[in-house]
Amino acid sequence: MSAATIRVREVTKRFGKVDAVRAASFDLQQGETVALVGHNGAGKTTLIKLMLGLIRPTSGSIEVLGDDPAAGQFAARRQLGFLPENVAFNPGLTGRETLAFYARLKRQPAFAVAPLLDRVGLTVAADRRVGTYSKGMRQRLGLAQALLGEPRVLLLDEPTTGLDPALRQSFYDTVEELRGRGATVLLSSHALTELEERAGRVIIMNRGIKVADGSLGELRRIARLPTKIRLKVTERGLASMSEWLGPADTWRRMNGRTVEVDASPEGKIALLRRATDEAAPVEDLDVVPPTLDQLYAHFLRSDEAAP
Amino acid sequence: MRNVLIVARKEIQEGLRNRWVLATTLLLAALALTLSFLGSAPTGSVGMRALDVVIVSLSSLTIFLLPLIALLISHDAIIGEMERGTMLLLLSYPVGRWQVLLGKFVGHLAILGFATLLGYGAAAGALVASGAVIDPESWTAFIAMIGSSVLLGAVFIAVGYLVSALVRDRGTAAGIAVGIWLVFVLIYDMAFLGLLVVDQGQTVSGGVLNALLLLNPTDVYRLFNLTGFASVRSFSGMAGLADSTTLTPATLLVALAAWALVPLALAAFAFSRREL
Repeated sequence: MSAATIRVREVTKRFGKVDAVRAASFDLQQGETVALVGHNGAGKTTLIKLMLGLIRPTSGSIEVLGDDPAAGQFAARRQLGFLPENVAFNPGLTGRETLAFYARLKRQPAFAVAPLLDRVGLTVAADRRVGTYSKGMRQRLGLAQALLGEPRVLLLDEPTTGLDPALRQSFYDTVEELRGRGATVLLSSHALTELEERAGRVIIMNRGIKVADGSLGELRRIARLPTKIRLKVTERGLASMSEWLGPADTWRRMNGRTVEVDASPEGKIALLRRATDEAAPVEDLDVVPPTLDQLYAHFLRSDEAAP
Repeated sequence: MRNVLIVARKEIQEGLRNRWVLATTLLLAALALTLSFLGSAPTGSVGMRALDVVIVSLSSLTIFLLPLIALLISHDAIIGEMERGTMLLLLSYPVGRWQVLLGKFVGHLAILGFATLLGYGAAAGALVASGAVIDPESWTAFIAMIGSSVLLGAVFIAVGYLVSALVRDRGTAAGIAVGIWLVFVLIYDMAFLGLLVVDQGQTVSGGVLNALLLLNPTDVYRLFNLTGFASVRSFSGMAGLADSTTLTPATLLVALAAWALVPLALAAFAFSRREL
């Protein structure tokens, strides 16, 4: 499970005077779901286009399933699924015709089309023209084409925009299933909270530079963001906070008797012990680890602070 | 090759769906039928050379209409798909850019060929139905006319692709396409005639004349159809010009083919270098 499907080495891509991607390097492994996170213009889409071979790197090299994607060899592309941001289809053809066209290009048999349409819930609308589809339906058709032919690499640019929660769930189930069978899934998204539970690894891009790369746990450790611990304290405890909480990290009163304490990574356990001590005036307790949103904001800040 | 056919098939499917095929065929058939009946008026319904008259009028119609239709279909082919976002997805598939371009070319040419064959064939059919006697030589000229009309369409499809592969947005492509049509169909010939009148045969003759004619595909087409066949020549009013050029029908066909292939190759080159 450790064979790299995508290797990016010191890749820089320049458009005129703008460096869209600067010296980015990373490997993506088999059976890995990776979230590519960043602002608009951070270089996410550029990276995906580079992996597809639609544009060539200004310097550095990229390898996808063992091939240079821009070299014009199609062996790798047959095992690759791509969903562009704002996917578009010719409005004149029906959903079934559109998917059949893409299936032929990938040398997939015609009977592969109907089950895929069913999987994304488009069976009823399959023989309607794509021009009559809603945004969500077009997105689902886009997903269906990306899933053609059991791809070993899935590159999904903002995949869940326009999907309702139920479809979103079934979409992530599908992705998880493919990942379980050894596919590499790269998700680029703004919807960070959504990725949080799904991505085993996060790559944060800012202004073309990779600013962070690792599992959520690793990133939390690097960022040293405090874990928020919410305590519901008795009246008596509220009056004597500093006594029983000890040399506490910063804390603030939220509403009523709820208090929020920022616990540093190493002080967290000690704090929890004190709060759960039999004598502690604590009625209830919640532990809120830093979210992906906060991590993201942290890495962007620290990158901006650096020269 | 298979990819080319897959793309071509989709283009034809789209052409059928968005009524391009239907509209083009009906337009060409309606105009061809009108012209063939109007054309038979001066020679009378028992005209010995009814089909030859039709060839002369239809080839004049072709010069105006086919380049326009071809440019309308083709100017949008690349830049339009790029702007709509469909090209990005298509090129992520295991298909080469030249295959996409060639596939579109085959598909668009098939649409145009189908419309021309059916539309103009209707004119010939109407003549036969009305009882005109047509000799084999006229049939040959008629078939050559249809074939070269499709080739002229191919020229302007290729030119349209070249424009489409070079420009930044669809509006520009449409503007340039109209400009190209105006130049090749109207302005070039007017300027050419003006030049001949002013020059009075002093310097423009022989080689220069040939070169100037070959530089405009519509002139090549006109010359091929109106002077290529002796039976047609007498009706066309082109006998004078035909005598002063030394271009053979074979040369003219090669020139037309080059006019289609060179822009197509340039379009493929421009498209392959483009970044999405």
